[in-house]
Amino acid sequence: MKHIFRGALLAAALAAPLGAASAQVTDLKIMAPAAPGGGWDQTARSMQHVLQSDKIVGNVQVLNVPGAGGTIGLAQFVNGSKGDPNALIVGGYVMVGAIITNKSPVNLSMVTPIARLTGEFEAIAVPANSPLKSMADLVAALKADPQKVSWAGGSAGGTDHITAGLIAKAIGVDPTKINYIAFSGGGESLASILGGKVTVGISSLSEYDAQAKAGKLRILGVSSPTRLPDAKDIPTFKESGVDVEIQNWRMVAAAPGITPEQKKTLAEAVDKMVKSKAWTDMLAQKGWANTYLAGDAFDAQLAKDITSTQAILKDIGLAQ
Amino acid sequence: MDTFAALAQGLSVALQPMNLLFAFVGVMLGTAVGVLPGIGPALTVALLLPITFKLDPAGSLIMFAGIYYGGMYGGSTASILLNTPGESSSIVTALEGNKMARAGRGGPALATAAIGSFVAGTIATVGLALIAPTVVDIAISFGPEDYFALMVLAFTTVSAAFGSSVTRGLTSLFIGLSLGLIGIDLQSGQARLSFGIPDLLDGVEVTTLAVALFAIGETLSVVAAGARAEEVIEPVKGSVFMNKEDWKRSWKPWLRGTFLGFPIGAMPAGGAEIPTFLSYALEKRLCRKPDEFGNGAIEGVAGPEAANNAAAAGVLVPLLTLGLPTSATAAIMLAGFQQYGLNPGPLLFASAPDLVWGLIASLFIANVMLLVLNLPLVGLWVRLLAIPRPWLYGGILVFATLGTLGANPSLVELGMLLIFGLLGYVLRRYDYPIAPVVVGLILGPLSEQQLRRALAISVGDPLVLFQSPIAVTLYALAALALLGPLLFYLLTGRKAPVGGDED
Repeated sequence: MKHIFRGALLAAALAAPLGAASAQVTDLKIMAPAAPGGGWDQTARSMQHVLQSDKIVGNVQVLNVPGAGGTIGLAQFVNGSKGDPNALIVGGYVMVGAIITNKSPVNLSMVTPIARLTGEFEAIAVPANSPLKSMADLVAALKADPQKVSWAGGSAGGTDHITAGLIAKAIGVDPTKINYIAFSGGGESLASILGGKVTVGISSLSEYDAQAKAGKLRILGVSSPTRLPDAKDIPTFKESGVDVEIQNWRMVAAAPGITPEQKKTLAEAVDKMVKSKAWTDMLAQKGWANTYLAGDAFDAQLAKDITSTQAILKDIGLAQ
Repeated sequence: MDTFAALAQGLSVALQPMNLLFAFVGVMLGTAVGVLPGIGPALTVALLLPITFKLDPAGSLIMFAGIYYGGMYGGSTASILLNTPGESSSIVTALEGNKMARAGRGGPALATAAIGSFVAGTIATVGLALIAPTVVDIAISFGPEDYFALMVLAFTTVSAAFGSSVTRGLTSLFIGLSLGLIGIDLQSGQARLSFGIPDLLDGVEVTTLAVALFAIGETLSVVAAGARAEEVIEPVKGSVFMNKEDWKRSWKPWLRGTFLGFPIGAMPAGGAEIPTFLSYALEKRLCRKPDEFGNGAIEGVAGPEAANNAAAAGVLVPLLTLGLPTSATAAIMLAGFQQYGLNPGPLLFASAPDLVWGLIASLFIANVMLLVLNLPLVGLWVRLLAIPRPWLYGGILVFATLGTLGANPSLVELGMLLIFGLLGYVLRRYDYPIAPVVVGLILGPLSEQQLRRALAISVGDPLVLFQSPIAVTLYALAALALLGPLLFYLLTGRKAPVGGDED
């Protein structure tokens, strides 16, 4: 690995005097802090594909470092890539929560955030024969007895759990009282909803889409700020009177300790990638929404997300 | 009938020369990577998925099916010949398969695994084509309380793998259960027994434990025995291929394995491991020569291998009919589908029939291809055992380490591999069975999560565990498995047959 790294540095050094105006990234290592196949891995590999096919970056490698909600990979990235202008890491909202609940020694302030790339909105679904017809019904049921409403979603402390907590809080129900049942895979939790084993399911909208179209599930609401173009008939939480807005976003960050020029070069490469047709096609294929946000606006949003996550995890009793 | 016309259409696509070549390449790649312990079919497919990206959908799916089944098959080859389970669903295969290999019967063991996989894969594929919608309805009706009852059944029958002493078996099982507690608890999000080491937050990887206990532990005991080693490995004794008796003893386990594996594989939380445990226990019970269990009974390879293959096809039932990815491999398959802008779901059979039938047909082709490729190679594979001991075990050690590190490049993982290897040696030295440790690690967390889910949904009412008819049936079966030998004794006046120590 070392000689590749050195080669990259050399290449960068050679390239610098030639084109100071339009600095080019020739080599890039993208770390996906997860096992092959998951969302972060797919994000990293999609980036690799688009960056190479559109010749934005000559050579891109993806490295998988799985474990503990991405915090293992993050730790390795923070410690191993300091000042490396050719290293990127993919991450996302789940990482924000994992850093807090796992009491991770490293956090996102130790890397150089570049941009938010994609996002998925959360949705609440019930089986087609459920007595709950709308968000209002769910709110009423929660207010009557939060214990009697069982929620099926992903692992405790993840985006699904956080959203459930935020909803409870928004309608004045004690978030520690929610009856959240964690499932390890999307398939298992979906099966428990379809089988009527739980009251409601909470997950990203794409997980429920096919079932809803087949008439097996009813989607009560979605966590986007306004109605989604692909799902115009689904009301947002906000318009149903539940003031919750959240997205499970994915981001890309650079190594700690790089210079502002190096950051700018990387940000430009990412910007070029996001604006390419290949990227748009890729997102459409994967069903991911383009929620690109870069520069200071992203830094501000990230800080806001971290603070609010900290607060809600404390409220649902998962962090001190 | 429509179904058969569609399947024939799928087959005609899969049988084109170019697509056969893709199938061949997929099977070869899959087998090669699958032999490496620690790298199972899911990881194999995930790593090789980008290769298939450039092909057309049909060619890509066919290669994909080849990689999938090749990976599964490679796993059992390593289990049988090297006692190094390549994946968690071939752990049970190592128990009898490796004993057979050492007794010069590696050829028949590999053959029964290959043919059993083929038979199970074929029956399960037909099942997938014909009765998927019915099976999935039953599978979906399983709630957490039913899964818990299934785990109870698995726990009670697992004693078949205990060997001669129940106390020793239980000791091993509890070591496994304790290891299963390590990591972040899914329901509360809190870390347990991780001692502040971030790498432990995800718990102990089943393949790491299995590879360490089986392969490293054994290597250490061979080294410790040194020149005193009395056992001689004979690469081939008798026929390399299955003889008449092998066939006679294999065909029923193949079928029983299939009928355990397919429905359990179709359950959203079923998996491929539980049917292999159940199949092993069942075969041990039904075997005419139970003394051979633990010393290389062919039924103990035939049944579980058929079961894990049928389960692999069963996993596709919820994926294709409901769009539910219920295993790591299925999740990656889903990603494969999405490459073509398709979202598997309730409408897939109607909206993209060519693709579904193409996939089913290519699974079939991959199965045939594996059989055709591997049966002639059996003679070559068993020659591996003719390698002089120091070289063979040196090779196993390198293999085990590379496989584990390849799956997760981390020092902590390597440390775990060595520590569990030592544990494996100590267990062997003092005659404790190995398999229950791994069984405990697999079943412990599953049963705990299901129990807690059931109780959370009922808001703490334990009666929920006994209110479902499915659960009650499973408990009855468990009681029968537990009390069966006792009844046998009371009725016939002689002791129920107990198998020898398996390790």
